[in-house]
Amino acid sequence: MALPVDIEALDKAFSGIGVDEKSLISILTNSNEEHKKSLRKGSSKLFIEDAKGFERSDQSSIKILKHQFKRFRDAVMLSILHPWERDARLIEKAIRKGPKHYNVIVEMACTRSSDQLLGARKAYHSLFHHSIEEHLVTHIKGRERKLLVALVSAYRFDGPGVNEDVAKSEAQILYEAINNGEKNKLLDHEDAIMILATRSKQHLQALYQHYNQSYDKTLAQDLEGEGILKDTVECLCTPQTYFTRVLEAAVKEDADEESKRALTRVIVTQKEQLVKEGFVPNKIQDILLGLYKDFMLASIASGDIK
Amino acid sequence: MATIDVPEQVSVLADAEALRKACKGWGTDEKAIISVLGHRNAVQRKQIRLAYEDLYQEDLIKRLESELSGDFEKAVYRWILDPADRDAVLANVAIKKLSPDHHVIVEISCTRSPEELLAVRRAYQARYKHSLEEDVAAHTKGDTRKLLVSLVSAFRYDGEEINTRVANSEAKILHEAVKDKEFNHEEIIRILSTRSKMQLMATFNRYRDDHGTTITKNLEGDSGDEFLKTLRATIRCLNDPKKYFEKVLRNSIRRVGTDEDALTRVIVTRAEKDLKDIKELYYKRNSVSLDQAVAKDTSGDYKALLLTLLGKED
Repeated sequence: MALPVDIEALDKAFSGIGVDEKSLISILTNSNEEHKKSLRKGSSKLFIEDAKGFERSDQSSIKILKHQFKRFRDAVMLSILHPWERDARLIEKAIRKGPKHYNVIVEMACTRSSDQLLGARKAYHSLFHHSIEEHLVTHIKGRERKLLVALVSAYRFDGPGVNEDVAKSEAQILYEAINNGEKNKLLDHEDAIMILATRSKQHLQALYQHYNQSYDKTLAQDLEGEGILKDTVECLCTPQTYFTRVLEAAVKEDADEESKRALTRVIVTQKEQLVKEGFVPNKIQDILLGLYKDFMLASIASGDIK
Repeated sequence: MATIDVPEQVSVLADAEALRKACKGWGTDEKAIISVLGHRNAVQRKQIRLAYEDLYQEDLIKRLESELSGDFEKAVYRWILDPADRDAVLANVAIKKLSPDHHVIVEISCTRSPEELLAVRRAYQARYKHSLEEDVAAHTKGDTRKLLVSLVSAFRYDGEEINTRVANSEAKILHEAVKDKEFNHEEIIRILSTRSKMQLMATFNRYRDDHGTTITKNLEGDSGDEFLKTLRATIRCLNDPKKYFEKVLRNSIRRVGTDEDALTRVIVTRAEKDLKDIKELYYKRNSVSLDQAVAKDTSGDYKALLLTLLGKED
């Protein structure tokens, strides 16, 4: 008979992000067939009683387990790939998977430097024999298309010398677009898209300040609920807010698979920033498991290695 | 094929000295300038500038700017720059005009290779502290703006693969647009600014096969709004750039009062690329050689430089 503590340990080994490999080794290799049977009977998430008299695996739970085991591999791949290939593959996957993943495209386009984004575009050519823009317009028919194409096509100037008058007047343009126009038409607002997609980050950050000062709320607040528009503004103007949001969503109780995957992506690609900003949610220590946890914590710890 | 005539052996030091000599003292020896710079490729011109700077602690370009004037000076200035830098300057000039020269933007974004266009964007930022797309967006409006920003931002796949199904469906879309003039601008802009050049050629060929006439012929004869004009230029540049350049040259010379800007631009930017082929097209179309036409229509040092770039023997 398996001890209740073993059943609990087995459950725990699968109940975080990643898998507690050590615990699994210890439980399973020390279990004979009797033990394992009662482990299965006690594990209501993974096994169900089959009519023919055996504990059958619940395939949907097993599928979730596959994701858990895969996390370490994904972390390794994201970490070892050339950043251009890494970002190109992330974009391609996001395009394929659909609207819930478009924020990844925004993230790639807006949080990378101009030259990194160019690099990802080049890698995309080599890997997929099409330009990113081509795939975006082919696979995305919805209204997000315009904004996404514009964002990935940008080669923003990176440097000082913001024209504050222009930043202020463009803040006004955005304000009017959001507050006077129909909010759900924002994605079609040509001027708004041009501003967000062509101006330098420095300019947009100045614009963000002007917006805040002029209208007593932040541009991000005014775009609450506007999906990738809000993501765009955050990624360009206040990236640490965006990443914090993504990380916190990943470690929430009811986080879905996609949110959890974001954890790997953000920690591996942003580790220098994470260390600098010091914004890793404390829950990571508790909720991550096994080798995956080791990899993530070590990534953050080494974040300031150049 | 290129038209410029570059000697086997080149000493950039000797060149720098010769240019110094040409600029020193009373008056300028324009012929010497032409005979050196007119026979050097982009790499050599860059090395000459570096050598000159080394030897004389002076920027050769600034010196030439101060010594020369008029159309000749403009031509020398454009000729001596790196191709990407030159395109950046041409783009900026086009954008900043009171009535922007949209077709120049189209020319640069559609006839350069994807990598060359990236280099132009980099050079533009270095010079003007703005991105090219930013400045285009700020100086244009409406559908023309959408088209131009998309074109300058494009980084087309440069492979040979063609999808015939796509060529077929997109030829249809283009035909609908051209026929009805009820343009679905979004779709046209999408096709023209995202597809690879090989794919677009296949689409244009399909168009011709399906409708017995080229798409550019179908667009002719419209005078019309700015978007249409820009669209025409786009399709022409993508479909057959040499033919496009021949037309620009023909129009620039034919005008009462030559359009020196256009003439300089085409000759300077194509002399190291395909000016020879363009010359052949010109002769076929006009029964007079481009050299002759230029000689008739221009004068002085400006003429001498253009003819040298056209490959005339000294």
